[in-house]
Amino acid sequence: MDPKTYKFDTLSLHAGYQPSKNAGSRQVPIYQTTSYMFDDVDHAAALFNLERGGHIYSRMSNPTVQVLEERVCALEGGTAALATASGMSAIFLTIMTLCNAGDHMVVSSQLYGGTVNLFRLTLPKFGIKTTFVKPRDTEGFKKAIQPNTKGIFGELVGNPGNELMNMPEVSNIAKEAGIPLIIDSTYQTPYLCRPFEHGADLVVHSLTKWMSGNGSSMAGILVEGGTFDWMQNDKFPTMTEPYEGYHGLSFAEEFGPTAFTMMARAEGMRDMGPCLAPQNAWNILHGLETLSLRMEKHCSNALKMVEYLSNHESVAWVSHASAPGHPDKELAEKILPKGTGSMIAFGIKGGKEAGAAFINNVKLASHLANVGDARTLVIHPASATHSQMDEATLKFAGLSHDMIRLSVGLEDFEDIVNDFEDGFRAAKKPRLVANK
Amino acid sequence: MKFKVRGIDTFASTGGRPFDKNKPLIIFVHGSGLSHMVWVLQTRYFAFRGYSVLAVDLPGHGLSSGESLKTIEEMGDWVGDVIGAVGCKEASLVGHSQGCLVTMECVAQHPEKIKTLTLMGGASAIPMNPELLKLAEESNPKAVDLMMDFAHGPAGHFGGHPVPGLYHLNVGSMIVQNKEIKDTLGVDFRACDNYKNGPEIAKKLDLPTLSILGAQDRMCRLKDGKILADYIKGSEVKIIEDCGHMMLLEEADQTLEILKKFIAKNYPLIN
Repeated sequence: MDPKTYKFDTLSLHAGYQPSKNAGSRQVPIYQTTSYMFDDVDHAAALFNLERGGHIYSRMSNPTVQVLEERVCALEGGTAALATASGMSAIFLTIMTLCNAGDHMVVSSQLYGGTVNLFRLTLPKFGIKTTFVKPRDTEGFKKAIQPNTKGIFGELVGNPGNELMNMPEVSNIAKEAGIPLIIDSTYQTPYLCRPFEHGADLVVHSLTKWMSGNGSSMAGILVEGGTFDWMQNDKFPTMTEPYEGYHGLSFAEEFGPTAFTMMARAEGMRDMGPCLAPQNAWNILHGLETLSLRMEKHCSNALKMVEYLSNHESVAWVSHASAPGHPDKELAEKILPKGTGSMIAFGIKGGKEAGAAFINNVKLASHLANVGDARTLVIHPASATHSQMDEATLKFAGLSHDMIRLSVGLEDFEDIVNDFEDGFRAAKKPRLVANK
Repeated sequence: MKFKVRGIDTFASTGGRPFDKNKPLIIFVHGSGLSHMVWVLQTRYFAFRGYSVLAVDLPGHGLSSGESLKTIEEMGDWVGDVIGAVGCKEASLVGHSQGCLVTMECVAQHPEKIKTLTLMGGASAIPMNPELLKLAEESNPKAVDLMMDFAHGPAGHFGGHPVPGLYHLNVGSMIVQNKEIKDTLGVDFRACDNYKNGPEIAKKLDLPTLSILGAQDRMCRLKDGKILADYIKGSEVKIIEDCGHMMLLEEADQTLEILKKFIAKNYPLIN
């Protein structure tokens, strides 16, 4: 006897939506509205006081966005989710729900540049300080925890160097300390990894990337695993003690495995308002319908690309967890059995100048500040995504000036290779000139 | 809030309002392996409308201490003791699934204390599938997956939770897995399987009673819910179409509206 609950591909097409409640519309409708009619005064009061479910104002929730939230939640194996205007706003909302002024976070050093700056420069303005730890330094995460630490945050596969954080072991450290582990799983999508199954408590995504795949829309999401006991210690008073903003409601007591998301929506969306536009939610939903198919092709193209780059005379080094000799290969095989994703970092011989020549001369690959598009993307992080970091921070984050970040797309592999050959040919020229 | 019942620390949600023993009391009793958290879309409404609400965690469940009670009869008696433990003399009861058997037993053992009875997803007997029972008693998480499968109707399997962003099946699953499965779900399933007094007790009930049934319920099938309602003298029956066993979440709004009308008619606030 086995449960007949729907599986991954079915959920990616159907979860969170019932046509019978939407005029029989097979496709999810776009509810392009700001607000929702109340039945009467009593109904309005009940909605505002979280006594019943429903929509009030699209800053807080929207029926189209709700489908996206439930769908991603189902795919991740979570209890609740909250979609936001971008991945960065999902991270900001998560930290602002978790922390108060005077609190501290332990954070992996290898992150998207914007996330580094959030923790390094912006959150201190709100009195929230961070200790950065290199992703492979598992023991370092433990040592960095202070009495006022409220969580550990990291990308499973770090951007852009592709170093892995040992999520199961770091999760044990977080559990011992009574704090949640928050994973940015944008690179993996739930197709490659479901972090809750490896000890994460909260997951954030930029849905702008592989989840959408079409490069059309910004979106982010916070997903709750329902695994963390907020009442186990006195570290999270805003979750456990009566909250003045809702007549003394204790979110942990009332909502248990969905308490964090309820708080993030009730307080964070109410007061900060980084809401997702329904049109954008609809665009992301379209992408999700083909998530499995796209991720398979992303990963198979990436494997071929790793082999091609590893054997190329113009390439100094390649970083991808599938690459022979990658320090995290064994860990990746354990927690990313379906594939290690389509992000590759490689060093080009000739350094920064060669890198610039390469990027300026590829035509099929797009030079832009995004990853996870269906199209192949390239960028030189030190001069773009991570350019606001100083030298020391770049080094600590594992970035070098010869590094090119590659997001492998779904094009025919031979076409990507032909394009790269043009880039590599151009990259050799600056060195020839220099040698003269 | 936390209070003592038979000397054991007991937790009950008060729906977000301070408990007031002078207001009419409604006690909500959860189903197998679950906790007070399943009632949040009913309890807060009544708590903010002049009632005192207790969504109890049965012993050993949710935030209550102690060990799980092993028989429905013990659980029914325990709910009766809750009323006195909080300084009240009477209450209305609302039960879901196993909670229906428990609340019926409570009425049978403490008839003077109970004013009305609401049964959601109930039946006069809840015999367990032997394989499911074995899995639960072995703390196998598959028992929870099967329970969530059976407990939700076809529409509920797609999601569409009344609270934006929540995903039905995993919420229920995490509430059950908050405790050792064999100590809560295993004990509760065994208690349901052993309980045979339902039909006889139901025939003797003599108080305003409401049965809320899901047309697509696969845990306590609609026909069994109707049979139970037929046993109870004068029982009202409301059927929610396109809904499974978890009507309190799957169709929380409809469930609340039905309950509101029943409570207003049979257990009104005294001005």
